[in-house]
Amino acid sequence: MKNLLLALTTTTAMVSPALAEMLELEKDELTFGFIKLTDMAPLAVAYEQGYFLDEGLFVTLEAQANWKVLLDGVIDGQLDGAHMLAGQPLAATIGYGTEAHIITPFSMDLNGNGITVSNEVWEKMLPHIPKMDDGRPQHPISAAALAPVVEEFRNQGKPFNMGMVFPVSTHNYELRYWLAAGGLNPGFYSPENVTGQIGADVFLSVTPPPQMPATLEAGTIYGYCVGEPWNQQAVFKGIGVPVITDYQLWKNNPEKVFGITAEFAEQYPNTTLAVTKALIRAAIWLDENDNANRPEAVEILSRPEYVGADYEVIANSMTGTFEFEKGDKREIPDFNVFFRYNATYPFYSDAIWYLTQMRRWGQIAEAKPDSWYDEVARKVYKPEIYLEAARLLVDEGLANEADFPWDSDGYKAPTPAADIIDGIPYDGRSPNAYLESLPIGLKGEQIVVGNEVQG
Amino acid sequence: MTTVDPDFAASAAREARRERLFTRINTADKWFNVLGLSWVTPILRAAAGDNPQAQVKEIWRLLAIPLLAIAAFLLLWGTLAPKVQTSLGAVPGPAQVWEQAVFLHEDARAKGAQKADFDAKVAQLNERLIAQGKEPKERAFTGAPTYYQQIWTSIKTVFFGFLIATAVAVPLGIAAGLSKTANAALNPLIQIFKPVSPLAWLPIVTMIVSAVYVTQDGWFAKSFLISAITVTLCSLWPTLINTALGVASIDKDLVNVSKVLKMNTWTKITKLVLPSALPLIFTGLRLSLGVGWMVLIAAEMLAQNPGLGKFVWDEFQNGSSQSLAKIMVAVFTIGIIGFLLDRLMYAIQSMFTFSNNR
Repeated sequence: MKNLLLALTTTTAMVSPALAEMLELEKDELTFGFIKLTDMAPLAVAYEQGYFLDEGLFVTLEAQANWKVLLDGVIDGQLDGAHMLAGQPLAATIGYGTEAHIITPFSMDLNGNGITVSNEVWEKMLPHIPKMDDGRPQHPISAAALAPVVEEFRNQGKPFNMGMVFPVSTHNYELRYWLAAGGLNPGFYSPENVTGQIGADVFLSVTPPPQMPATLEAGTIYGYCVGEPWNQQAVFKGIGVPVITDYQLWKNNPEKVFGITAEFAEQYPNTTLAVTKALIRAAIWLDENDNANRPEAVEILSRPEYVGADYEVIANSMTGTFEFEKGDKREIPDFNVFFRYNATYPFYSDAIWYLTQMRRWGQIAEAKPDSWYDEVARKVYKPEIYLEAARLLVDEGLANEADFPWDSDGYKAPTPAADIIDGIPYDGRSPNAYLESLPIGLKGEQIVVGNEVQG
Repeated sequence: MTTVDPDFAASAAREARRERLFTRINTADKWFNVLGLSWVTPILRAAAGDNPQAQVKEIWRLLAIPLLAIAAFLLLWGTLAPKVQTSLGAVPGPAQVWEQAVFLHEDARAKGAQKADFDAKVAQLNERLIAQGKEPKERAFTGAPTYYQQIWTSIKTVFFGFLIATAVAVPLGIAAGLSKTANAALNPLIQIFKPVSPLAWLPIVTMIVSAVYVTQDGWFAKSFLISAITVTLCSLWPTLINTALGVASIDKDLVNVSKVLKMNTWTKITKLVLPSALPLIFTGLRLSLGVGWMVLIAAEMLAQNPGLGKFVWDEFQNGSSQSLAKIMVAVFTIGIIGFLLDRLMYAIQSMFTFSNNR
């Protein structure tokens, strides 16, 4: 019976695209930007598997040098859309950094990042990390183990520098979250001082993802937070040790999004739908049959025009494992989630988490009411486009009805305390209360003036 | 001599043939020089029966020594490279670099297969469109460019930028050479802008092109214009300076003659100034093209505009175990193309100018 069903679904899947009425596309030649990271996979897969072509879209994928160039490309129209940091559309829309109204109909993945420190720092951290019975360090590792090392550096008069990829990147917030959870202050932003290092114990600065290992090797930074494969690359090169993945930091946290300008979505609604359809199909392909397609996906990503790192390096994290110290490979089956757990649905609550972090560290300088968070999230995250695309796919027999949260109001169930490293639960419906519950960071009416937090 | 010695006649004819042959070889020699193949001449001469000893000496100097130098370089490289361990493994030697060159060639052919695949999918799409009563679409392949396409993009861009530079620099240079006032006006600007690095121009050019060239489906891609204009800004100075110098140093007698003949300015420039300034203008152009080529690669790397520069940067970012070798392939490609561009300008110069002043 099960086989029969399977056979039925596959045959319908094969026949349906031919039967389906194609969308009337307003624009069919598109250029999308991406950064060399494994989580750009849905774009590469949609291209290589022909999902874009199935929709009648002629897509060119172009690697970008860094997140700034990529964002500018989308804003000035050189790129029609891009693989983006979730913080980018939000920050652009509220006018932090470059101002432009960017939206997202599609969230690209869950998890996929790690924090790596140099070998030297790792040696110094080791004595402060509890061991398991077999002698290996016990995970997840708290930043509390890093605190004595930072202290030591400070006593020698050396600033403790770490790298992240962009001021409004997930990585900046994750690294800050981890440090703050361990009692280290990563510093505040203020409207006058956008270095984000006001009152910092650990100094964070921007480095584009693929340059992280080289910068660590050069000794400019002692650690970094970045997406894959640049943590595993450090392990392969023997220059650093990943201490924690973001999955251990916050189980199934939201990651990249696919960003387009609001104008694009308005001018080309059918094209937007078609792109979203192709991306959803790619995400399904990446996760289907218990990650059965991952080796093929790794092969695609290892091509020089996509991520280009060696197959083994990419495979390390994409196929359900993650290598910490050399030889210490552990199972993390959900390290990269592309479709399961509604990974692709753009939840307002995900957007709000990013906004709370912007407020927490002073990028949003003044207090905002809860309603403001909801408004901004609705301006940027567009689940309605997503569900429309999903509906078309279900009607064409290319997706399962049961896989989509049709009745969601856009808010995920609150994340329980157990899923987050410092045991502080997150509920997107009450951002201000959440901010109050975080130990380090701005809350209430607090503002940063000069080098001090006031209020 | 009254009697006709048949032997003598034959030898005279042979002598004449040989003479003609040598004249031809000497003419060809100019072209071999231009093409950087000057070692062919002594071989031809030796084959034609010239004094072998003198020719062997020439062949040794022109062919064997450069070959030996290259061999010594490869040997040194091959022995030293594996001793430098980077985090991506040892620095690749000549063998690995050659391997990657072959790989890039094969990759270009594999892309051909991908293109066929793409075309098949487009055909499939068109069948569906026709079945639904819609217009079929024909589109060019949207996949990643091959190595050869990257090279071609760079060459097109450098020539486009270089042509704009020439169009700007030559008239300005003539003006500066003819008139002391124009020279005084231009000189400070030349002095200040000449040393500016392409990497400093690039952000300015990017912003301005993005602001001015807003059309989405114009003749040129924005990235192409940005690279080309950066090339223009950096490569126009040698032509400008050399043109001004060439024009200013025209024989005073010629200038006087033009006054006597009451030539108008246009005739004066086309009949008098340009021909005598041409050697220096070409020297300037050659320098400009060389500068332009160097600048282009830097601009492409920084701005991620398509071309060889982007190839290098992408490989650096890829950080795979073959990346270093691939970057070295690109370095050789850039060098060889730069050399060929210079030879090309030299050849054009040889065709247009008659003086030895090169």
